[in-house]
Amino acid sequence: MSVRLTPRNALVAGVIAILALVPIYAAVSGNTFMISLFTRIIILAIAAVSLNLIMGFGGMVSFGHAAYLGIGGYAVGILAKEGVNSGLLQWPLAVAASALFAVTVGVLSLRTRGVYFIMITLAFAQMVYYVAIGLDRYGGDDGMTIYKRSQFGTVIDLSNKTVFYYLCLALLLASIYLVWRLVHSRFGMVIQGARSNERRMRAIGFPTYRYKLVCFVFAGMLCGLAGALLANHTDFISPALMHWTRSGDLIVMAVLGGMGTVFGPVIGAVALLVLEEVLSGITQYSQIILGPLFLLVVLFARGGIDGLLVGGRYG
Amino acid sequence: MADALLEIESVSKRFGGVIACDAISLAIPKGELHAIIGPNGAGKTTLIGQLAGEIAADAGRIRFEGRDVTALPTDRRSQLGLARSFQITSLFLDFTVLDNVALAVQAHAGHSFRFWRDARSESELRTPARAALARVGLAGRADVVVSNLSHGEHRQLEIAMALATTPRMLLLDEPMAGMGPDESARMVKTLRELKRELTILLIEHDMEAVFALADRITVLVYGRIIASGTPEAIRANAEVRQAYLGEQEQRHG
Amino acid sequence: MLYLLEQCLNGVQLGMLLFLLAAGLTLIFGIMDLVNLAHGSLYMLGAYFAATFAALTDSFLAGIGLGLLATLVAGMVLEVIAIRPLYGRDYLDHVLGTFGLLLFFNELVRLIWGPAGLTLSLPPEMLTAVQVLPGVYYPLYRLVIILATLAVALLLYALVMRTRIGMLIRAGASNREMAGALGVNIKLLYTLVFGLGAALAGFAGMMQAPLSFVQIGMGENILILAFVVIIIGGIGSIRGAFVAAIMVGIIDTIGRAFLPDLMRHFVSYSAGSSAGPALSSMLIYTLMAAVLVFRPEGLFPAAQR
Repeated sequence: MSVRLTPRNALVAGVIAILALVPIYAAVSGNTFMISLFTRIIILAIAAVSLNLIMGFGGMVSFGHAAYLGIGGYAVGILAKEGVNSGLLQWPLAVAASALFAVTVGVLSLRTRGVYFIMITLAFAQMVYYVAIGLDRYGGDDGMTIYKRSQFGTVIDLSNKTVFYYLCLALLLASIYLVWRLVHSRFGMVIQGARSNERRMRAIGFPTYRYKLVCFVFAGMLCGLAGALLANHTDFISPALMHWTRSGDLIVMAVLGGMGTVFGPVIGAVALLVLEEVLSGITQYSQIILGPLFLLVVLFARGGIDGLLVGGRYG
Repeated sequence: MADALLEIESVSKRFGGVIACDAISLAIPKGELHAIIGPNGAGKTTLIGQLAGEIAADAGRIRFEGRDVTALPTDRRSQLGLARSFQITSLFLDFTVLDNVALAVQAHAGHSFRFWRDARSESELRTPARAALARVGLAGRADVVVSNLSHGEHRQLEIAMALATTPRMLLLDEPMAGMGPDESARMVKTLRELKRELTILLIEHDMEAVFALADRITVLVYGRIIASGTPEAIRANAEVRQAYLGEQEQRHG
Repeated sequence: MLYLLEQCLNGVQLGMLLFLLAAGLTLIFGIMDLVNLAHGSLYMLGAYFAATFAALTDSFLAGIGLGLLATLVAGMVLEVIAIRPLYGRDYLDHVLGTFGLLLFFNELVRLIWGPAGLTLSLPPEMLTAVQVLPGVYYPLYRLVIILATLAVALLLYALVMRTRIGMLIRAGASNREMAGALGVNIKLLYTLVFGLGAALAGFAGMMQAPLSFVQIGMGENILILAFVVIIIGGIGSIRGAFVAAIMVGIIDTIGRAFLPDLMRHFVSYSAGSSAGPALSSMLIYTLMAAVLVFRPEGLFPAAQR
């Protein structure tokens, strides 16, 4: 497969390059805040990529995706509180718990049409939010500090900011590659076809429901992993992590970057969070600009940044 | 009929107060091209909807190759060899022509829980897809995005997709809708070739095409069959002429 | 027993507020085919307007009246400026666009009124309890909420079913092009409907304000409950919204009141105190899930479009 120098490819390469160089810049300039900011960007980018798998490619607009960030995070937090600090136990459990939740929500909501699906995923995510508030032992509404990051023995030390940063970056790149392969595989064709014209898919013989469910679960699992990373990053978990408006943030990232490509959400995550940082340096009312800006993007640049570069599917 | 490929037994459907299909019974033997004609609103598309599995019949049975498919969902019927084209074009607009047909091939090439290999590189899918395109005359347009095709090409693509599912029977819902005379002639030629190896149920308004292709014709008016037989018999049938063909002649002046 | 009755009434009262929100949402969805995530923002604005006007005029009633007017106007202005471009687009666009508005409004409120929130106090006359049954007393204000909302519900019913405007609304819902072709000014109709929805939401917000708070983001949690109500009741159906809202209100309130005690019989005291509310909210979603499985169109589905 040849890679040409198009504006889109240039942007992708540029973003990856920047992400790779951030810790070096931070070391040189002494600005360690950058590492923290970009670690967060990378983790949320993983979450946004997972969301775009079902949303951009599958046409399943889930307004409850932040629930998986919470489930993954709480898995790590709860296990840490109970004395289980091994990442080898925490992270697989985070992913497994996310898979379980995804199957449950998927089975109940994937047979419904568009607007119902949006509302239902929203409602179930909010349910998880309330459950978390009810977990008195694990902080309830106030949240809970995690005193020890996930332990991986001598292999890797997550409390080292730079090490953790590059781990997250590696996981982001791996996720992007995996999703990319998935989207172009037979499975991906079914998912994309179902987004494009589900009636047609059934008419040619595809039992679309089972494929959508599997896709939904994959996305949940990947986001659960992001949740585990986020808990490690902030050393703290709280129900606010999975409020439905946080799901909205993820959707904004995907749309802003461009729902039509695997990498789009990464661009969106970078763009949104950097923009937020810049704006909050200027005014304390950044959302007054960001809110309407987002509406304008939806109305006039629906393909996001990627769409502007390419004039593609959604542009 | 003992060797009927498709048996429609007393199939009925009503929507609220309107009876769309009223106890329709029909048997289509293997190898036949059976045309269903009738004025708009006669229930033809509702019938196809029930045959394809999109609409649940209120009463009656549908048997395909001797097997009762009345309760089977659309995708299962496609897997059994019953393919359908849509009256209003229903394609994957943002994909290429070849992608569209390859998807149809893929649906019948085992399960699709394959997550790694690039589907567009699989000759197992692309080769039969190109073959289906060639049969309808779209081979040269394989890499065009479907939204850029002309209406006539859309209709051809509908047929190609139905073919790519290696069906034993085709349900064609007005394949020539909106086509000009040249395109229609080409479609008739395609259908005549397909007729040799497939059983076809054809819904059409284009009377020239119907009489050129059909082995038997059934006339549907207000959800009921008013006549069924050979083209000559139908042409001679006074009731039919009055209800339908007469209209047509008036329209064509 | 008394406690149960009180909680039931509280449940009905919550249900009434939910109905106001859900009715607006379902009207807007039924007629304009629009999913409005900023509906909670209108709920919030209503409360803020009412609190501000009540403070200015030193009158609770004036606060409510002026607040309603202000919310109605705000809703209509919003519709013209930001909502109109969204009609006809797919639901994802609605959701995204109105989400942007939600963020905007939260920040706007913070800019204008500050982060601390406001209070809306009841006039002293309303701070009493009323005897609803022999020996049973219930706060007057909560009763007022129930009665006021019932009045609104009846007015809505009369409006939609009995007036020419209502006919236009229903005609618009069932066949947009025809209604437009018949000379009905669809644009104006939509603006009015949206304004009506906004006013209903604002009314709910200001009614709720004396009982709890007026603060940024106050609409976000109750909005989800309103969505659940619509799903259970059936999208597009006001009757369904009413029934479902009462159901959800009662289940939620009774659950919160009794589940912690029930839980404490089985688990430790503190676990019961925290698990109780969590479980009661799960009850609502379980009900919604059940409706989805057994009757996905909702309990009172509106006619298919």
